[in-house]
Amino acid sequence: MKIAVLGAGHVGPVIARLALAAGYEVGIAGSGDPARIEMITEFLAPGAVALPAADAVADADLVVLAIPWHRFPTLEPGMFAGKVVIDSMNHWPPAEAPLGTSEEVARRLVGADVVKTLNHVAYQDMEPAGGRAVGIAGDSPDAVRAVAEFLEHIGFDPVPVGPLAAGRLLEPGSPVFGVAARRQEFENFIKEQS
Amino acid sequence: MTTFGLDTFGDVTHDASGTPLTHAQTIRNVVEQGVLADQVGLGFFGIGEHHTPDMPLSAADVVLAAIAARTSSIHLGSAVTVLSSDDPVRVYQRFSTLNAVSDGRAEVILGRGSSVDSFPLFGYDLADYEDLFEEKTHLFAELLKGGPITWQGKTRASLHEQDVVPYTEPFPTWIGVGGSPQSVVRAASYGFSLMLAIIGGHPGRFAPFSELYQHALEKFGRDPLPIGIHSPGHVAPTDEEAREEFWPHYLDMIGRLGRTRGFATPTPESYAHEVGPHGALFVGSPETVAEKMARTMKKLGASRFDLKYGIGGLSHESLMRTIELYGTKVVPMVRDMLA
Ligand SMILES: NC(=O)c1ccc[n+]([C@@H]2O[C@H](COP(=O)([O-])OP(=O)(O)OC[C@H]3O[C@@H](n4cnc5c(N)ncnc54)[C@H](OP(=O)(O)O)[C@@H]3O)[C@@H](O)[C@H]2O)c1
Repeated sequence: MKIAVLGAGHVGPVIARLALAAGYEVGIAGSGDPARIEMITEFLAPGAVALPAADAVADADLVVLAIPWHRFPTLEPGMFAGKVVIDSMNHWPPAEAPLGTSEEVARRLVGADVVKTLNHVAYQDMEPAGGRAVGIAGDSPDAVRAVAEFLEHIGFDPVPVGPLAAGRLLEPGSPVFGVAARRQEFENFIKEQS
Repeated sequence: MTTFGLDTFGDVTHDASGTPLTHAQTIRNVVEQGVLADQVGLGFFGIGEHHTPDMPLSAADVVLAAIAARTSSIHLGSAVTVLSSDDPVRVYQRFSTLNAVSDGRAEVILGRGSSVDSFPLFGYDLADYEDLFEEKTHLFAELLKGGPITWQGKTRASLHEQDVVPYTEPFPTWIGVGGSPQSVVRAASYGFSLMLAIIGGHPGRFAPFSELYQHALEKFGRDPLPIGIHSPGHVAPTDEEAREEFWPHYLDMIGRLGRTRGFATPTPESYAHEVGPHGALFVGSPETVAEKMARTMKKLGASRFDLKYGIGGLSHESLMRTIELYGTKVVPMVRDMLA
């Protein structure tokens, strides 16, 4: 399976590294010319290939969005059709928006299967993943299964929290946001909410 | 040359009965702390800009000038200046004035602004922070060259053959980086030194950033420049005392920040990890802190270490003791270990 990581900031290279270590092929992209992130890729995610975003996505089965939320509107939506897309983005600062980020992502990326996860883990806590519990929310059972498998391979313990709308439970302000909760605490929290 | 310094965010300290001191008294105490840092032989004293009631040091350069007047060798700087929400022309003017007042002891550490309080205060949109930092860093680098400047951009009025004074000797400029690889490359491209802000997790994970920086300097045809580390800590005669003194205030502060900033709320276990050999807190006896500093500096190829001391709720006396122990015990031990 091939992974595309969009974003070469704090988060992108960490996810790329975890995926590479688990044996995945990884393409990584910033907003512009891949030459701009070549050095970053070479030192922070050696083995990943720096590509233009469209090429990275075209090649991949699974796409990770690790870009700032306010940059999301700059993505060309057409290229995501038929892909499984992980949304790891957060409203920043926390917003009282009616929809969670992932619902908005799904709305815009027509034809993509969007899954929310990893957004609630600070980048410095992602590596080593160490079996840390992470919430996973999505509307397509196949996509959720595929992402859960990916998360397990790179070292996390994915805990289903429900459909995409339940992804709000993972957003800033939630008791599990930024907290090293164990699977049991995660499950208890989700149960309380439903 | 290896340099050891101290950074403070000027957190409001408390008296013996636990009552917060006034902002004015807190600021006067920071001046005393800077003077002591010089007396115990430290090389740098830095003040981080913040704009909140529990961190009232919004005008670091004024406080640094007061310290300059009472010291003769310690370097004085920001840690950091939130350049994204400031005017690079004013930052340049304030610090070159400090450079004049202190007889060439000013330094600036520029930051993109992880502490977000200054954005709404000065009317900036947090969503613009990358563009603001990019453009303003560029202008600041141009200003440092000295001489009349011509510049045009989106974030301030353009300049045409403009003298921006006072002209002083060039002063060291750093970029503070918390984990953004773009900032590492940017520092190298402008020829600014790299200050790694390591405030959580394993310090060793920053080693690839050091390599990236050194490689980028080479690629941009620049001479090697120092790499520094900024990390929080607290020193007391014994490990136990240091850890116990620091913990309640650390819990309180991170707990408050954590919910909105994405930090985990500390637990006794996570605290034990952070103060242990694999964490980012330099809390302990002089021996423990020295050993951890030496190991981290070696691992990251750093020639500068700034201990960020102080946290809201500790007393001025306890901070003075940390400074004294750091300067007289910790630093000499680290120098030995690195020799
Ligand atoms: N920092 C954390 O600890 C953390 C933890 C969990 C989740 N998150 C979330 O993860 C996301 C990324 O955070 P970050 O801290 O890594 O941000 P960051 O350091 O600012 O990096 C953002 C990256 O996104 C790239 N980018 C922007 N627009 C793009 C586009 N249209 N196509 C491809 N790449 C694009 C940028 O590339 P250019 O430089 O080329 O513009 C940059 O490499 C955010 O939504 C954040 O809320 C962050």
